[in-house]
Amino acid sequence: MLYFSPWKALAVLLTALVVCAFAAPNFVNEKVVQSWPKWAQRHVVLGLDLQGGSHLLLEVDAKAVKKDKLESLQQEVQRVMRENRLGNPVQGVTIRGDSVEARIRSGVDPQLALTKLREVAKPMTGLLAATGQRDTEVVDAGGGLYRLTPTQPAIVERVRQAVEQTIQIIERRINELGTVEPTIQRQGIDRILVQVPGLDDPEKLKKLLGTTAKLEFRMVNEAVSADQAAQAKSIPADSEILKGSKAENNQLYLLEKRSLVSGTDLTDAQPGFDQRNNEPIVQFRFNNSGARKFAQITQENVGKRFAIVLDNEVISAPQIREPILQGSGQISGNFTVQGATDLALLLRAGALPAPITIVEERTVGPGLGADSIQKGKLASYFGSVLVVVFMIAFYGLFGIFANIAVAVNVGMIFGVLSLLNATLTLPGIAGIVLTVGIAVDANVLIYERIREEVRAGRTPIAAIDAGFTRALATILDSNITTFIAAAVLFYIGTGPVRGFAVTLGIGILTTVFTAFTLTRLIVAYWVRWRRPKTVPL
Amino acid sequence: MNLAFLASLDATTIALIVVVVVALIVSVLVLTGTIPHLHVVPPDTTFDFMRFRHISFPISAALSIVAITLFFTHGLNVGIDFKGGTLLEVRTKSGPADLGKMRAAVGTLGLGDIQLQEFGTPNDVLVRIPLQPGSEKAQQEAADKVLAALGSDIEKRRQESLGQRVSGELLAYGLIGLMLAILAILVYLWFRFEWQFALGAMIANVHDIVLTIGFMSLAQVDFDLTSIAALLTILGYSLNDTVVIYDRIRELLRRYKKIPMTELLNRSINQTLSRSINTHLTVSLTLLALLLFGGHAIHSFTATMMFGVVLVGTYTSVFIASPILIYLGVGLGREASVTEKS
Repeated sequence: MLYFSPWKALAVLLTALVVCAFAAPNFVNEKVVQSWPKWAQRHVVLGLDLQGGSHLLLEVDAKAVKKDKLESLQQEVQRVMRENRLGNPVQGVTIRGDSVEARIRSGVDPQLALTKLREVAKPMTGLLAATGQRDTEVVDAGGGLYRLTPTQPAIVERVRQAVEQTIQIIERRINELGTVEPTIQRQGIDRILVQVPGLDDPEKLKKLLGTTAKLEFRMVNEAVSADQAAQAKSIPADSEILKGSKAENNQLYLLEKRSLVSGTDLTDAQPGFDQRNNEPIVQFRFNNSGARKFAQITQENVGKRFAIVLDNEVISAPQIREPILQGSGQISGNFTVQGATDLALLLRAGALPAPITIVEERTVGPGLGADSIQKGKLASYFGSVLVVVFMIAFYGLFGIFANIAVAVNVGMIFGVLSLLNATLTLPGIAGIVLTVGIAVDANVLIYERIREEVRAGRTPIAAIDAGFTRALATILDSNITTFIAAAVLFYIGTGPVRGFAVTLGIGILTTVFTAFTLTRLIVAYWVRWRRPKTVPL
Repeated sequence: MNLAFLASLDATTIALIVVVVVALIVSVLVLTGTIPHLHVVPPDTTFDFMRFRHISFPISAALSIVAITLFFTHGLNVGIDFKGGTLLEVRTKSGPADLGKMRAAVGTLGLGDIQLQEFGTPNDVLVRIPLQPGSEKAQQEAADKVLAALGSDIEKRRQESLGQRVSGELLAYGLIGLMLAILAILVYLWFRFEWQFALGAMIANVHDIVLTIGFMSLAQVDFDLTSIAALLTILGYSLNDTVVIYDRIRELLRRYKKIPMTELLNRSINQTLSRSINTHLTVSLTLLALLLFGGHAIHSFTATMMFGVVLVGTYTSVFIASPILIYLGVGLGREASVTEKS
């Protein structure tokens, strides 16, 4: 056990040295590191609990996606009913439960109705295209009633698309904030994990992410006043009542359900000021089709009012004074400068396909993060010094060998963490400190074994040799059990706890390496050099 | 020599310097041979640990019952990770926090039982808002309301909000993880040792976890994701200890065919005792450093570990995990006489 061929010795030393060297970018000035090759720049990422930031778990409202799907199906069915004169497209088509029900006019050939309604069902796209399934089931319920139900795979696919789209939009919104290194990951079916480090104002991020930002332009139904319609409960079928924003004193509006132009038709939105009264506004520009539609509508409806609706809330309802032909316009609505800036940002990034809720939030302010780093460092220093002294007091020279091994061990932990671009959290630091405590255990096992072998009457060299050999199995067994615990913890944990699992697990691997090869190498060379008559343990 | 700079150092820095200086002195003394190497356990200890099994098993059974009773009567101080709700850590900008005044301010909001607690320093306050009925949105709004009620003198340092569903999932994952870990370790030990050893380690394991949960209930330590981390680490370290002793038992079983089981177990424990104690000392030293200087955020984590690893883990390996092998039938048929194989 004590013989190392020069090549093997070199390999051990090089491994330790190279792995430790990977930790360098963490301790060198950032500007210097940037001049290094890309592969050498990998470094430890500080967890959100150490550098401050927000961890948000968002959930896309799958019910809203489903409802959306049903509503668009309803509109499709209405179109088919209208075009083929199958029945009353407005009263005859209703949403009931998970289906759209269509009642056809008496006298229409049921077979024709079924064929025409089946046109609504489209073949599945994407991965499910090959199955030849359609996205809607059409059933003749008898008595002139037809039931159209979106299939389960179609709904799942729709939710998946909505989540993908949401991720893209969230990415755009966060990038507009100009923060560094945000992580946006899909989790499970309908969840998205957003981690944004180093934010000064997490509230703003939450507001930006929580807003759907669905912009619509709709005509105001001026046939009846909104208040009258609300009181009489006689709302025209093609219209609905929406509330105005706070700036509009929550006034009620009766709006047509159909949206004329929507946020998807915008190409740009910028905050600005109204030239007349210097109030903050949002200026926008339509794309070609949006501009054409808007021009046509404003030409046909001069003198009437239209409403600008954001997330089902009326921001303003101006009168069309003249046709707007140049494809741009402005939204005014008693904004603050900040409000106008945020709305412009949201409109540029686009609307979310469905509302999202924050189901988990963990936000740490920058002040607390800095404090935690400070405390983590202090605890590490104290812990390390205490262990170093302990080892020397109990094992003398061999204690120093163990301490060298532990120092290299910590260096290697940082090296591996850097290579993996792993995240270091406060519990992660605790994991490293604990590793220092437990790493010497391997050495303690070996040294105690050597002491025993010496007492059993072996010569120093034979005792040292036997100590290493016999302790190996024990070291492996005892560390593998802890490693299993760390692996499970990594799998189930999130954030800070996962950071603990990472450092604990890596610490075990490096410990086995340093205790068993590095310490052995040092001891082997010491034995060869000193030819000891007694073991100084 | 100008010592004025000393006045600018804070207490912990001075403590660190003192520790380093003492460390250097001790090291030099030991290395020059002025003071001998320390031994906690004399090399030829032959303490009869097995005699205590008639006491340790009843004690452990009683303690386990106490722990389980505590769990059901006293309950765990379940944190928001597992029951949902909001946790805010705030710091007052001017002077120590007036908890009474703050309680009065948030008490009228009608958001349920809001708990306030000093956290580390007199300026830091931990606010716990219970799970709000309705959607996750209500949870966010409740936090905003509380912050508004606390006024402008405070700085928000941390916020954690969890809805009911996510917290339920975290709890399920945590418990499943804990069981998976026990199972995985059991399987590993089964491969490496005979089944009696795996079962013995497993019983010792469950015993550790039960007692630690009892401690958490008694001390009302926050039971959250970090507690699961602490429990898993305790599991790992306690097993580490057990495995070291088991390794020795296995070795002696192979070497000495005729030694009675109790004698063999005693020898195994005595031979590994020095290592057990030294390792626990180093782990305790690092845990102590974390407990004293690691800050409040990991306080309950380290306290739980201290209890589980240092107190329970060691006791279990020596007084439960080893003697239980006798009852599980390891070494059955060994003669009572002591005759060593040459």
